[in-house]
Amino acid sequence: MPPREQHTILISQGDEPADQATEASALPARGLTTRQKRVFAGLALLLVVSVAVFLTWDVNGHWDFALPRRTEQVVALAVVGIAIAASTVVFHTVTANRILTPSIMGFDALYVLVATALVFLLGSTTVAQIDPLVMFGLNTALMMGCATALYRWILGNGERGLYTLILVGVVAGTFFMSLTNFMFRTMDPNEFDSLMTTLFASFNAIDTTLLWIGGGLLLLGVVAIFKMAPQLDVLSLGRERAITLGLDYRRTVTWLLLIVALLVSVSTALVGPITFLGLLVANLAYQLTRTHRHAVNLATASLVAIVALVAGQAILEHVLDHNGTLGSIINVIGGLYFIGLLLKEARA
Amino acid sequence: MITIDSLTKSYDEHVVVNDVSLQLPDSGVTSLIGPNGAGKSTLLSMVSRILGADAGVVSVEGLDVFKAPSKDVAKKLSILRQDAHTTARITVRELVEFGRYPHSHGRLTPECHAAVAEALEYCDLVDLTDRPIHQLSGGQRQRAYVAMVLAQDTRYVLLDEPLNNLDMVHATGLMQLLRRLADEKGKSIVLVLHDVNYASVYSDRIIAMRDGDVVHDGPPETVITEGALGDVYDMEFSVHTLGGDRIAAYFR
Repeated sequence: MPPREQHTILISQGDEPADQATEASALPARGLTTRQKRVFAGLALLLVVSVAVFLTWDVNGHWDFALPRRTEQVVALAVVGIAIAASTVVFHTVTANRILTPSIMGFDALYVLVATALVFLLGSTTVAQIDPLVMFGLNTALMMGCATALYRWILGNGERGLYTLILVGVVAGTFFMSLTNFMFRTMDPNEFDSLMTTLFASFNAIDTTLLWIGGGLLLLGVVAIFKMAPQLDVLSLGRERAITLGLDYRRTVTWLLLIVALLVSVSTALVGPITFLGLLVANLAYQLTRTHRHAVNLATASLVAIVALVAGQAILEHVLDHNGTLGSIINVIGGLYFIGLLLKEARA
Repeated sequence: MITIDSLTKSYDEHVVVNDVSLQLPDSGVTSLIGPNGAGKSTLLSMVSRILGADAGVVSVEGLDVFKAPSKDVAKKLSILRQDAHTTARITVRELVEFGRYPHSHGRLTPECHAAVAEALEYCDLVDLTDRPIHQLSGGQRQRAYVAMVLAQDTRYVLLDEPLNNLDMVHATGLMQLLRRLADEKGKSIVLVLHDVNYASVYSDRIIAMRDGDVVHDGPPETVITEGALGDVYDMEFSVHTLGGDRIAAYFR
């Protein structure tokens, strides 16, 4: 089964070597703790098992049909998982809050809004004539511009405080969704239909070219984030201490928000908004690693995300027999976890 | 030398720091005293570039703190503030290692390890090295933050109300530590204090502020007087000399 072999290697390339490189360069004095080594080993095992199960379950001898198709799905799940995990961990550090996700603050709502506005203003026939890649590029660029400008403005130089940021972010997110809904309602039904197919692509129907471009962008973003791991560590001490330690706060935060916007557009373009996955995997990673080091937490959260998505998709296809979507499964589990997290925070 | 030139900060109509010009020395202990709202902490926040100024310039050994690259300023000046509480899960050693960031940018050199070890030793934290900071008592945590600032190894160390929430044992311990830093390592310690007697006993120079202005500035002998303190705080003091120290009483 050569494709399967290739596959495991491909995923780990996106993840582990980058991690080890940063580990080594960031803190040569201290490697991983025993606990973290165990976590990595456990997750790697889970990853291999879930990928193997996903690729081989119920193939019924149609290998030449099933393997390439499933391989593509696994790559897509990995790309989306890493994008969501990394963007959430970074967002937690920038906002100094562990129960926020880029989604709660309206990042993916903004992507959907931009996509909808393009169809609304240009018309679906014009949009249909545009190459999907150009469309994705346009969408991503617009979304990154808007998101960075908006959240940069809300965040200011950090003196305004966190609660203003969260409040404005939540209100902005709701506003984006309302605007999108307004356009949905006034839109021609045919245009609405074509918009839905492009917007809410699912894991079952992944655009291959978009996948490779998205994967490339993701790699760029993730490498940048891992390179910034020491800065992220300093940022986790809070704004004032970060400034005292010589971090250019404004610049660093702007870059990080830009990368978060990029990662959110990649994952939203590939599979649509998946609200709670980031929250789920980031917090699980913190609980597993018990460290402040971003190189470790980013890698752990990414691994957890890939395992969750691959296993979830396998269950969806074979146990639930496609009755439902991966998004809805994630939202149910993520929602429950979120409520648990809020209750825990309230008691603490 | 830190040169503060015409520094001003106001919120809406309310002027918090009013056109203050000062020079802070390159060694010794300098205390800022004054009633709540006098602008001491605001002044210190601006000097350390955490807060932007409305007008005025601050330069540390010729480096404009608002315009120069933040990483260059971080090698000359550090600040310890009370309020910001970190949520990060870190041990005492990891916290102190962060102090080396301006020098190492996350890659600790042998020099860094030596500085970290020395800072831990100096602040009497060797037994607590691997404890998470959220498990420490207030006094221990304060020492850990001082050790981090020490590892940063800057000539100027600013502290905003470092004695808050410390009992007298820890408060005196911390003041002795700061005095030693100034005497043994030749650092310039600038701190905001609410207890005028700690300022009197440990400072080389006391700067008294009121309503955004510097109203008195000089050695303890000239500032810890019944007239000057009465002027700053608008209440009555009686100043006594006890074993060479000037102690102000204000309890009745």
